[in-house]
Amino acid sequence: MPSNKSVSDAPITQFINCRILRDHQLQREDLWVREGRILDPEKLFFDEHGYADNCVDCEGSIIAPGFIDVQINGGYGIDFSQASEDVSKGISFVAKRILEHGVTSFCPTLVTSPPVVYHKVTSPVLPQVKVHNGGQHGAGVLGFHLEGPFISVEKKGAHPEQYLRTFRSGGIEDLMEAYGSLDNVAMVTLAPELASSQSVVRELCQRGITVSLGHSVANLSQAEEAVQNGASFITHLFNAMLPFHHRDPGIVGLLTSDQVPAGRTVYYGMIADGIHTNPAALRIAHRAHPSGLVLVTDAITAMGLPPGRHTLGQQVIEIQGLHAYVAGTKTLSGSIATMDMCVRHFKQASGCSVEEALEAASLHPAQLLGISHKKGNLDYGSDADLVIIDDALNVRATYINGEEVWRKEP
Amino acid sequence: MKLIILNDYDQASEWAAKYIRNKILRFNPGPDKYFTLGLPTGSTPLGCYKKLIEYYKSGDISFQYVKTFNMDEYVGLPRDHPESYHSFMWNNFFKHIDIKAENAHILDGNAPDLQAECETFEKKITAAGGIELFVGGIGPDGHIAFNEPGSSLVSRTRVKTLAKDTIMANARFFDGDLSKVPTMALTVGVGTVMDAKEVMILITGAHKAFALYKAIEEGVNHMWTVSAFQQHPQTVFVCDEDATLELRVKTVKYFKGMMHVHNKLVETLPESKKN
Repeated sequence: MPSNKSVSDAPITQFINCRILRDHQLQREDLWVREGRILDPEKLFFDEHGYADNCVDCEGSIIAPGFIDVQINGGYGIDFSQASEDVSKGISFVAKRILEHGVTSFCPTLVTSPPVVYHKVTSPVLPQVKVHNGGQHGAGVLGFHLEGPFISVEKKGAHPEQYLRTFRSGGIEDLMEAYGSLDNVAMVTLAPELASSQSVVRELCQRGITVSLGHSVANLSQAEEAVQNGASFITHLFNAMLPFHHRDPGIVGLLTSDQVPAGRTVYYGMIADGIHTNPAALRIAHRAHPSGLVLVTDAITAMGLPPGRHTLGQQVIEIQGLHAYVAGTKTLSGSIATMDMCVRHFKQASGCSVEEALEAASLHPAQLLGISHKKGNLDYGSDADLVIIDDALNVRATYINGEEVWRKEP
Repeated sequence: MKLIILNDYDQASEWAAKYIRNKILRFNPGPDKYFTLGLPTGSTPLGCYKKLIEYYKSGDISFQYVKTFNMDEYVGLPRDHPESYHSFMWNNFFKHIDIKAENAHILDGNAPDLQAECETFEKKITAAGGIELFVGGIGPDGHIAFNEPGSSLVSRTRVKTLAKDTIMANARFFDGDLSKVPTMALTVGVGTVMDAKEVMILITGAHKAFALYKAIEEGVNHMWTVSAFQQHPQTVFVCDEDATLELRVKTVKYFKGMMHVHNKLVETLPESKKN
């Protein structure tokens, strides 16, 4: 039966038999969607005398906001940092495949690369890699996460040393020279101890780009200064930074710093794959600063691929079980975890609630990127990017803008 | 008058819900024949609504061909305020069942012309063929809907200033701040409810015991507006033990002795589950 179309002609979908994550808790509520957005059914009822055109029976599942991955380097044999001719095709391929992990939007991440790679993906001559919404074609792109090359040599991790850079010309000029353009860039990871980095942090924040601290030997006061200048994220906490020391806790100390400006939150990425961070360290971070925890996969080319040797950026990496090493070494080079695995592992390892685990993959990254008015929650008016999951947090179906984009085979 | 006495609140709620269920089923509503139901808000009917939702979910009843008319609404309170009766009805009943919005009538306390709103409401009831069953609760002072003590027993739907006691009692829903409590309401009149073919009043808890006594054991009196229903041909009071504390033992024993007869009214009908 058609709805009363006093406000809109678009069909209305009602998800029933579900628990939805709203206001930090799972609630026994139906979820209503119209025109790709979450609808207030009370307004529909009283103002429009409307009702649903379609019903989706969720059979008791949980509906959570779609997952947002702010650090993913590739997967399924695709490496976003490889200077291939068709970057956009590779990103689209991965975007489609990660729907089954419940990811509805992401920041394709480029590790330290030669300028030719950046210019290829960020320059306007390749308009197909613009920020765009998700859909049947795959998860939406929120903008690139450029991890490096302005990072510390000592904490380069798997980044190729020959392409690391400093702000030798004094700041933003170096950045523009390296990246070519900042169009379609959502986040930049840099080391705040580099000379002139603080002015770069300010400049990037003014341009609406999230600044993350990582691959760095910064002490706490350098990190705090960067936060005061606008930095709001820590790239894969504990990894590629100074270990926690009680007289100088380093970047890790930001979690409990009293120098963070009032009203601001420092978020931090956790690769909760059970390998990059010991569960005890994960618990320390979570208990110290639960509202800042952002789950990231940091997934690389080999995510979704069988064991063996694969290429990441300018280097070769080797997959052994759930570990991905720089070939011939024991240096971790990124994970092969999927977002749904990270959510499950985080909950199991930290003992947190289902709600907290889900928000770490949805609400927190949305807040970090400043898009929580439309993504990362199920509030009225937000985008209907949804993941339908069972109680063991296995993904059953994924929706983008209210449209089913993936469903597990029965 | 029937007086139904159950052991506790839950049993009273279930009895009332079953009674409504059976009324709807026996009526056998359809597209040309809507069942018209008058509804209250407040804490007393919550249990009854929960049970009705259960019967809907189990497929025993449908509200597709039911028209509802609510008793009252605050004046000037935003419709989406959590304490508005619109919000109450949506959250506790309407959103769980298959009633159509166009059939759910609640007075608009924000209407530009409140008097006209009240007159329209009466006309809508008349157009729907009158109320088949009006369900109500009462306040400790014996008011039904917002027909406070002293209200005319032949009153119609109108704007009403709330009694001080009611405003004070409501303050707990408005952060304990008297200045936030609405002081006026739109309400059906005693006469409006009296016109219903049948009236069911829910009364539970010791704090309502005196009101129940005034309602049924003393004379008709506009200071206890619910007592007007002594003159209604089809009234059923559903109460729990606590609410009978002020009644005569004789009254209680008499009606308890009738329970085996009255319970037949709520037995599961063959029409149940047919949907």
